[in-house]
Amino acid sequence: MDTTPQFLGRNVFDLDDYSAEEILYILEAAKGMKEINLREYKKIPTLRGKTICTLFVENSTRTRMSFELAASRLSADVVSFQASVSALQKGESLQDTVYTLDAMGIDLYCIRHSSPGSPQLVHKYSGKPVINGGDGRHAHPTQALLDIFSIWEKLGSLDGLKVTIVGDILNSRVVRSNLIGMKKLGAQVTVCGPKTLMPGSMEEIYGCRVEYDLKTALSDADVVMGLRMQLERQTEGLFPSLEEYSKHYVLSKDTIQWAKHDALIMHPGPMNRGIEILPEIADGTQSIIVEQVANGVAIRMALMFLILGGKA
Amino acid sequence: MKTLVKNGKAYIDGKFTSVNILIEDDKIIKIAPKFTAEADQTIDAKGCHIFPGFVDLHAHLRDPGQTYKEDIISGTRSAAKGGFTTVCTMPNTEPVIDNIAAVEYVQRRAKDLGSCKVHVIGAITKKLEGAEISEMATMKNGGIVAVSDDGKCVQNARLMLSCMKYASNFNIPVIIHPEDYNMAGKGQIHGGRVASQLGFSGIPALAEEIIIARDIMLAENSKCQLHVAHISSAKALKLVKEAKDDGLPVTCEVTPHHLVLNEDACLTFDTNTKMKPPLRAEKDRQALVTALREGLIDCVATDHAPHADFEKEREFDHAPFGIIGFETAFPVLYTELVLKDQLSLERLVEVMSLAPAKLLHLGDKSLAEGNAADLVIVDLKAKTEVLPETTLSKSKNSPWMGKTLQSSIKHTICGGRITWEA
Repeated sequence: MDTTPQFLGRNVFDLDDYSAEEILYILEAAKGMKEINLREYKKIPTLRGKTICTLFVENSTRTRMSFELAASRLSADVVSFQASVSALQKGESLQDTVYTLDAMGIDLYCIRHSSPGSPQLVHKYSGKPVINGGDGRHAHPTQALLDIFSIWEKLGSLDGLKVTIVGDILNSRVVRSNLIGMKKLGAQVTVCGPKTLMPGSMEEIYGCRVEYDLKTALSDADVVMGLRMQLERQTEGLFPSLEEYSKHYVLSKDTIQWAKHDALIMHPGPMNRGIEILPEIADGTQSIIVEQVANGVAIRMALMFLILGGKA
Repeated sequence: MKTLVKNGKAYIDGKFTSVNILIEDDKIIKIAPKFTAEADQTIDAKGCHIFPGFVDLHAHLRDPGQTYKEDIISGTRSAAKGGFTTVCTMPNTEPVIDNIAAVEYVQRRAKDLGSCKVHVIGAITKKLEGAEISEMATMKNGGIVAVSDDGKCVQNARLMLSCMKYASNFNIPVIIHPEDYNMAGKGQIHGGRVASQLGFSGIPALAEEIIIARDIMLAENSKCQLHVAHISSAKALKLVKEAKDDGLPVTCEVTPHHLVLNEDACLTFDTNTKMKPPLRAEKDRQALVTALREGLIDCVATDHAPHADFEKEREFDHAPFGIIGFETAFPVLYTELVLKDQLSLERLVEVMSLAPAKLLHLGDKSLAEGNAADLVIVDLKAKTEVLPETTLSKSKNSPWMGKTLQSSIKHTICGGRITWEA
């Protein structure tokens, strides 16, 4: 019996649909893809004739570019749909938008949307596989996979690792997907941030540890991930000032010493240097922040390849 | 015109008795075991139960102004199919029912074209804007049974006190949709575990509880009859219990969906699990069932809230709040509570018919000689399949769509007229 994980035609709504074994399989595939990205001619013909649509109802340049580069390097045709310049602006429903796109023969959708559950709707309306590129504060599985890949590549395994994620947990889809994925691979995750930016029931949902004090949270950590702190949370009444936030939760030379001496430093970007992370840390020897971006393309290539059944 | 309903088990004086019921025109003229009488039509209710017609204190018929969702004809047909003979309509139509002309429009349409009795609930404030008191005394003279800004909530406590004083002046019950707007924020579902998991902005139970606490204090001060619509949290129940223990004229209702579903239903992203108040935690749901069983909750109301497919078939954040409820109310509660020994059949019948009627002073609705012939014949052994094509509401927004429920409404008789026949 063939026990190779099957990916053909599957959706990637979030990592809860994937077993540890399947996640590891994706990481192995991404490793191969990463090698292509280092070549002088960064292209393989495996998805020639397939059409991939990036459907970005919420704006994001970086993630869209990463998806589109991934598709191009596999030789798929790419069409890009941006809400800001589309019929959605004129009041067209998502349903009608997807019907229209589907009529043009899309094989795979990569969607970003501000409303949780929207990737499921795109699949419902199109019947085609969908990769979630971030739905509201809910999930961002490709970001989590690239984060996991980055750790796995450096440290070999996530089993037993202590990972601490610091910042605006409430508004982070990256955290939610990482909590699911990292737990499956055996990591112990701690989330840390001010109480006003911490959702309830986190321990119950994810089996993670919740800490409000940075020192306690960082203690003994193998991996430390900072999250973007947005100024708009201040106007929402969730904290008084970026300065005060920074005083208590910044990742700096001083605070990072509470973690293991060789702890990996990560950030999903875009960074607010000087607020949640200082340049001395972001650009330091322990930082793998730039590699995360490179790994994002590889992970997305791997998923597209596996889902569309590319020929190796 | 005479109708004989024979061989059924009727709910009379709190228990089920095998009787025949003779109806002449709009009244019950005889109830007795095993008699025969000449009749123009005979309904054989063998194996069926006969209940007083169901009474719904909380429904949205969307007429005038949003008749693509529902109108008085479709809404009352849907109600009749669900066994309802009396429905109270909320005033959040377009325009709002905040004046006597609008009240009379609904009354006239319902009288001429409706399949059940319709009582109008007027607005507390003009246009539901929470700024000025509506002409509630004039509307009371025109027949409204209560006032409510349902869907909205008067945020200004000083104004609300004034509204309640004014309502109590004219003996008008006030029905509240308790929701503190700031606390509810942009919440989509209950501010609990599932909202944390799915990344939705939450509507904390506090948004409901703060207003209930406030309005109980205002009711005490104003001596106003206060009815809390669609109560949904365990803490809210405690507040109502305390008010009742203090002897205040405070009552509350609960919807079928809050009694049988919890926040986990939202994990599917089905927009038919999106309503206000939101489906809450399992411990809240259990507290609601207990409170209904023990009498702390006075009655069941559907909060029938039709929305068109194109409105609900959207991203979760963009879909409107609310679900339809007439046609599934009894089968859902029978299947999920009575058959699971959570509630007696007698109590379910009581809270769907006699109790709500008493609460809004709609008269004695019990099955008795001389009373209006409002009754529903139910086969508890049959099943109801909930399907869009057989749903009589114009809208199909129900979390039970596609499901099969136990029990089936066979006949609904309203004012002696058969308004639904399966």
